[in-house]
This record gives sequence, C-alpha cells and structure tokens, in this order.
Amino acid sequence: MRDLLDDLDRWKAQGKPIAIARVIDIEGSGPRDPGAAMAVNGDGEVIGSVSGGCVEGAVVAEALTILHGDNQPRLVTFGYSDDEAFAVGLTCGGIIHLFIQPLTW
Amino acid sequence: MSLYEQFAQRVRENLPVALASVIDGPHIGSLLLVTPEGAQGGTLGNAELDRVVARDTQGELEAGRTSVRHYGPQGQTTPEDLHNTPTVRVFIDTFSPPPMMVIFGAVDFTAALARVAKVLGYHVVVCDAREVFATRRRFPMADEVLVTWPTPLFTERGARLTQRDAVCILTHDPKFDVPAVIGALATNVGYIGVMGSRKTHAKRVERLIEAGVTAEQMQRLMSPIGLDIGARTPEETAISICGEIIARRTGRGAPSLRDGDGPIHK
Repeated sequence: MRDLLDDLDRWKAQGKPIAIARVIDIEGSGPRDPGAAMAVNGDGEVIGSVSGGCVEGAVVAEALTILHGDNQPRLVTFGYSDDEAFAVGLTCGGIIHLFIQPLTW
Repeated sequence: MSLYEQFAQRVRENLPVALASVIDGPHIGSLLLVTPEGAQGGTLGNAELDRVVARDTQGELEAGRTSVRHYGPQGQTTPEDLHNTPTVRVFIDTFSPPPMMVIFGAVDFTAALARVAKVLGYHVVVCDAREVFATRRRFPMADEVLVTWPTPLFTERGARLTQRDAVCILTHDPKFDVPAVIGALATNVGYIGVMGSRKTHAKRVERLIEAGVTAEQMQRLMSPIGLDIGARTPEETAISICGEIIARRTGRGAPSLRDGDGPIHK
C-alpha cells in the first residue's frame, strides 16, 4: 500500500470513490504476499497489483461492483478449480484470498 | 486527521504502523490503527476486542509479520470462549521500516556484504572508528556510513534493533570487536555474526569472558560467521552470511560454520 499513497491522495483530493483490494492469504504458491494491494477508483483507473497480473481484471470488476453498488466490503477468493474461476485462476496454481473495501476511512 | 491520513503520514515517515481490519464477522470493514505504542484510532466495534487486537498487532509489528487472526466478538481467544460464538476474523496488515543491518569494520568484505544486504532490502549502516576508511566514497551502497565506536552507536540505536535486524562484526580487532559484541548482546537484535578464524574466535571468547559475557550470551554469536558453503571471496562470503541470516530466521538446518570443526577453507 506504501506505493499507492501518492495516487490515493490525488484521487481523494479529486473526490473520487476508491476501493482497495489487499491480499490477506495465499494457499500454495502465489506471486504476491499478504499485504500486497491495488486500488481502483470509480472511473475504473487502477494502481498497484495483487498478483502477477492473473486476477487483476477480475478484481477491478469486483471493485467497480462495490463502488457502483452497495459500497460494502467483501472477501473474494480466486483460484478455484471450477470452470468459472479457471478463467481468472493463477498461473502458479495457488489460491488467493482478497479483501476489497471502499476507502471511506 | 482521518485514519487514512494518520496511516499515510506514519508510512511516509518510515515509522512502524499497522491496520487491523475486520474481514469477516460483525462490523466487517471496521479498522483499528496501531503503532508499537498501542492503538491510535478507529475501533473494531468492541472495546475489549480493540484491546486484544491492539496487543496482538503490537507483537506482529515487532516481528514484521502480516497475518489473519480469529477472535470472539469481545476479543475472546481461547477455544472454550470461542465455542458457540460468531468468529471475527481480523487481518493484521503491518507496515514496518526496512530491517537494519549494522556492519562494523570498513573492509572489503563490508562493501560486498552491504551490496548483498541491499538486495535483500536492508537499511545498511557501516560503522568504523577510522575516518580514512569509513567514507561514503568506499561504501556508496550503504545507507549510512558512521565514523564512531560501537558503544555510542548502540547507546543511540540499540533500543531500536529487533529480531528482524542484524549486526555483523567484520573488524578482526579486539579493540573494536569486544565493545561491538557486548553492545549487540545488550539488544534484541535477531542475528549477531562475528568474522574471524576459529583461532581468532577462541581468543575473542577469552576476552569476552574477561569482559563479563556469560556462556549463555555467547550462544547468540554466530562465529565464525556464515554458512559452510566454501565461500572465499568477499562476495561469496557476503552470500554465506546473508544465507545464514535467512536460515536462522526461518529455522532451517543449513549447515553453519559454527556448528562444525576443522579448517573453514578446505
């Protein structure tokens, strides 16, 4: 999250709604450790990353759903072996747990 | 100041700070801002839960760890207390300044060790009392080059050294080694390595015993320094030292020179 601060400050100053996604846990191998973070604003602009690029697209979609919807935080998991998750699975075969939360604090 | 502003300020000033967030259970999304001094703002919805989480978060900050912990809604932690209550999962996200490596002795091994330590993300401090050797020009890769003796350095910074930090004593000079070892032993630093042959080490042990260091304290010293990987050059030795630091932290059984006998170079 350290690397995101300058952009977050700018977005906040511009009054944009922001959601932050953080890696909270990794099962098996994962490209980024817990604490890795990305942020999405209401316009769909993105900073940071939570994997090696494997799940970022899906995270943006989830973050926008939150920002344009109920504004409620949620836990999201990627890397299931079912078909739907296969589309956003990790190339390294691990499972990644994320917490996505609007930056309202 | 908002919680975010307090958090951002601490991170920018390179001061340790943590965000504890409820990621599952009552008050999902609530936050507690914690520093090594304790909770600084926010709430997880229950005063007792805040107290227990702040305490645990202080421990995680000390260890430089990021983790998920489980509590009862009033901060319960024992299995009996957690029986039949909803579980609150708390993500403890710690932001710590980089670990520090203090290297005593401005020698060629120091330059190589400082380089490797930088690769591993350390804040590197080189210290030697000799002004002509302890120069920025010789150690451009170090974050700080200090012309001073070990005792004043530990007086100033010793209290800040934690399990994540390392002290490497490469001086080979009893005038400097002995106060450096004694100074390091008085801290909570996670790794103390001292360079020298087994013969040098034996002599140093005698001097340290004279200076009042106990056998138990001596156990903390990794000397001769480094893993037994046959390193010869300063660069190889730097890798062997950093390898030992990693192995000690992870508790793996990589063979250390200290634990063998016979000549270091075969």
